[in-house]
Amino acid sequence: MVQEKRPFWAVMAGLNSVSRKTTAATSDTDWGDMLRRVAQTQDSEAFAALFAHFGPRVKGYLMKSGADAASAEECAQDVMVTVWRKADQFNPARASAATWIFTIARNRRIDMLRRDKRPEPEDLPWGPEAEPDQEDAMALQQESEQLAAALQELPEAQRSMIERAYFNDLSHSEIADATGLPLGTIKSRIRLALERLRHSLN
Amino acid sequence: MITHHLNDKLLMAYSAGSLPEAFNLVVATHISICDECRARLASFDAIGGALLDQDDSAEMGAQSLSTVMARIKTAGPVAKEKPQTRDAVLPAPLVAAIGGGLDKVQWRAVGGGVRQAILKTSDKATARLLHIPGGVAVPDHGHQGLELTLVLQGAFRDEDGRFGRGDIEIASEEVEHTPVAEPGMDCICLAATDAPLKFRSILPRLAQPFLRI
Ligand SMILES: [Zn+2]
Repeated sequence: MVQEKRPFWAVMAGLNSVSRKTTAATSDTDWGDMLRRVAQTQDSEAFAALFAHFGPRVKGYLMKSGADAASAEECAQDVMVTVWRKADQFNPARASAATWIFTIARNRRIDMLRRDKRPEPEDLPWGPEAEPDQEDAMALQQESEQLAAALQELPEAQRSMIERAYFNDLSHSEIADATGLPLGTIKSRIRLALERLRHSLN
Repeated sequence: MITHHLNDKLLMAYSAGSLPEAFNLVVATHISICDECRARLASFDAIGGALLDQDDSAEMGAQSLSTVMARIKTAGPVAKEKPQTRDAVLPAPLVAAIGGGLDKVQWRAVGGGVRQAILKTSDKATARLLHIPGGVAVPDHGHQGLELTLVLQGAFRDEDGRFGRGDIEIASEEVEHTPVAEPGMDCICLAATDAPLKFRSILPRLAQPFLRI
């Protein structure tokens, strides 16, 4: 259950003991599995762990994008409410948990800063009903980790260009073509999943 | 078979959420019918995910989690998303932008048998549908800024090759091109630009303000 009306340190201590009992919130935490637990059993412990990890990151993202602390806090809360409510739409063969939460935060940011509308592409009919392929999900998870590691190792100038593109609104013409990131592996993984989906629909 | 795709800049800017609405519409429409770019977009979203997951975070308020849990408990059921519609020519994002299928498009003649319909977007860039009879040349024009042209029906050819359904031409400042619709089926395109086009022939310069392009 959620700790209510307790000081911040007590809430945090509670969170830590909760996550130690279940899954230690380390870099190895399977956030996708936490989302699955939220979706399937409304598991508030799993959600508290997700909240402790992603809440501050979403807030940081919004502040780097130009929001003041108060509206960033409010929007980060909105994003986490959406994470709970839409957890059943998360598909681990399609995106990592961080990527999925990024897309929710990005859309909330567009609304908050009244940026240009961003229509979504036509939906593919793979939602909760299409059972995600376990192997695809695991491989995608690994490739996402490799991408994160590669991002850390980029030369500073390149890394900062990419960060500015995502946080500070570089215009498309200011973005350099080469990112130096191994995007091909993730692309191939998604492509494979798409082909399987198309095949299963025919 | 789509052979002309979105470039990395456009995909990254669409993923980051920083494109003008008119370009967002073109990107979303292309991805709706191109699995290749849909997969590429997923890899750009993954960069966003990796950046989000970095450690530079901002501490949430002390009551944040309990506030969120209270909102979750009192919130009603998740609203069913409106089912998307498309028609044989227009993918869902375009149907949504027009408010209906191809039969709902308000065409206006712009000369030479060419018709266009301006779509409502933010004013940072303009999006319009073009209807070009088979065999007819699109008025010769040069560019300032960036122009995206996505083929939805029929095909056109220009200096860069053949563009059929799903193909997107990305023309920047240097390019001066003369697209000609292939004989046969009329060509329908979605075009977006962030600068007024400079027509060189057919349409007199004076007409430009009235065309809103
Ligand atoms: Zn494509």
